Amino acid sequence: MLKVENISKVFNKDTVNEKKAITNLNLHLNEGDFLTIIGSNGAGKSTLLNCIAGTYQIDDGSIVLDGNDITKLKQFERAKYIARVFQDPLLGTAADMEIQENLSLALHRGEKRNLRYGITNKEKELFKQNLSLLNLHLEDRLTSKVGLLSGGQRQGLTLLMATIKKPSLLLLDEHTAALDPITARNVLEITDKLVNENHITTIMVTHNMQDAIDYGNRLIMMNDGKIIFDISGEQKKKLKKEDLINKFAQITNSELNNDAMLLG
Amino acid sequence: MITLSNLITRLPSGIVQGIIWGIMALGVYLTFKILHISDLSVDGSFSSGGIVSVMLITANINPLLSLTASFIFGLLIGTTTALLHTKAKIPAILAGILVQFGLYSINLKLTNGSANVGCNPDVFNLLVSARNINSSLITLLIIAAILTALIYWFFGTNIGRAIRACGNNGQMSTAMGINNNTCKIITLALSNGLVALSGGLMSQYQGFCDINMGKGAIVIGLAAIIIGECIVKFLLPKCTNFYVRLTSTIVGGIIYYIVMVIILWLRINSNDLKLFTAIIVAVFLALGNANKEMEGQ
Repeated sequence: MLKVENISKVFNKDTVNEKKAITNLNLHLNEGDFLTIIGSNGAGKSTLLNCIAGTYQIDDGSIVLDGNDITKLKQFERAKYIARVFQDPLLGTAADMEIQENLSLALHRGEKRNLRYGITNKEKELFKQNLSLLNLHLEDRLTSKVGLLSGGQRQGLTLLMATIKKPSLLLLDEHTAALDPITARNVLEITDKLVNENHITTIMVTHNMQDAIDYGNRLIMMNDGKIIFDISGEQKKKLKKEDLINKFAQITNSELNNDAMLLG
Repeated sequence: MITLSNLITRLPSGIVQGIIWGIMALGVYLTFKILHISDLSVDGSFSSGGIVSVMLITANINPLLSLTASFIFGLLIGTTTALLHTKAKIPAILAGILVQFGLYSINLKLTNGSANVGCNPDVFNLLVSARNINSSLITLLIIAAILTALIYWFFGTNIGRAIRACGNNGQMSTAMGINNNTCKIITLALSNGLVALSGGLMSQYQGFCDINMGKGAIVIGLAAIIIGECIVKFLLPKCTNFYVRLTSTIVGGIIYYIVMVIILWLRINSNDLKLFTAIIVAVFLALGNANKEMEGQ
C-alpha cells in the first residue's frame, strides 16, 4: 500500500546549519492501517508527513503509494491520492468561500477542473448528509462563508473535505493541537469514525501519547529522524503511557551515555 | 466659466469614460481582489490595447475585430507577467514592472515610433466615439453588462472556484490538487486581456491612441474598486454577492471619473489630479486595512 523506502531529507545541506531531519527511514503500511506517530519536537514527524505529501522533495529513497511511484510528483499532483489536515484550522479551508464551495473543491480533489457551472442539487444533498454526520450543526449552512465558523467546526469540515472523496492515504498533522480539549476530543471522535467507516489508510502525528495509544492499530515513536519504536496489533492495545515514557527515556538516555562516552 | 450648465454638459462624456475605466477596473479586480496580487503590467497593457485597436482600424480592420485583437494581445501580456512570476519566481510586483517597462518599446514599435496615432471617426465606423455620446453610452453599458456576466459565470465554474481558492488559501488549494501556477497564469492573462480591451475602447472613444494613455491605470483601477466597496458597505452592509461587487467596481469607475470632471470644472489645476488620486487611494487602502485590524483579521 504505502512503501516509504530508505528516504533521507537534509535541510541547509553543506552549511553550518545543516540539519539531518530524516535519515534512511523505512515505513510500510498495509491497506486500512491507522498509524499514530509520536516523538519530541524536531524528531522528524512533520518532516516525514511533508515528504510523503510532497511539500518537501526528498534527497534520497523512494515513496510508492498503491503501486504508483510518487517520489517525483509535485505536491498538487499527489493530492490525487493523498488528503491532508493541517494543525492550523485556518489552513485547510478557504475562508472567503461558502461551505458548499469548499466541499465541492474537495469532491473534485486531484481531478482536472472544468467549466461546469455551479453545484448540482445531488451534490448539495451529499454535502448535507455528510455534514449532518459531523454533528457540528453545519448541514443547514451550506451557503455560509467558512470564515464565520469556529476553529472546531472548521477542523471538522476540513476532515470531511479530506475524506469526502476517499483518498488512498490520509495525513493528519497534529490536527487537534490548536483546539480546546473538548473540541479536540470531538474532532478526534469524528476522525476515528470517518477513518473506520471508510476504511482509510491514515497516518496521524500527535503530541498526545494517550491519543496515540487509544487510536489506530499501529504506533511508531520517532527520534532524530529515525523510527526508534514500532508496535502494532494486540501489543499496542496493551500499551500504557508509562511504557512509552520509559521507552523514550531509555533510548534518549542511552544516547546521552554514548555522547558521554565519546566525549570522555 | 464655473456654471452648473457647464458641468451638466460635461457629465455624459464623464460617465462614458467612467464606464471604460470601470471595465479596466474589472481586470484589476481579478488580480487584486481574487488573486491578491498587485499586477503593474496593466499600465502597459491599457496602452497596448489602445494602440493595437487604432493601428488595426487605420489598416481598415473592423473596429469590433480590432478589440478582439486588443484582448488577445492583453492575454499574451498577462501570460508573460505570469510566467515571469511563476516560472522564473520573480515577485509579482517586479514582474509587472518589468513587463510594463518593456512594453513601452513594443508599443512604440506598434505605432511606428509615433507618440500618438489618430483614427478619425468620420472615416472609420468606430464602435464608440465622443462624437456620439448617447449611442456610445448604450454600447458601453451592453459591453459592461456582458463582461460582468461572463466574469460572474466563470468564477462560479470549477476552474473559477479553483482560482478563488488559490487566491484565498494557496496551501489549501494545493492540498486539493489545484495547480496554483496555472491559476495565476489564467487570471493574469484574463485580467490584462480585459484591461487591453478597455484600452481599445478608450482609444476609439477619444479618436486616438497615445503611448502614455495607460499611465496610472493600476491606481485608477484600485480607486474604482475601493470606491465601489465603500458604496456597497454603505448601501448594502451585509451584501457579499459577487455580482454586486463586480457591478460596484464599474460604478466606482464612473464615480471616480465624475469626481475628476468636477475637479476640472472647478478649475483646479489638472496637473494636480494624479496627486489627488494617489492620496485618495492611499487613504482608502489605509482605512480598509485599519478596519480589518479592528475586526481582528
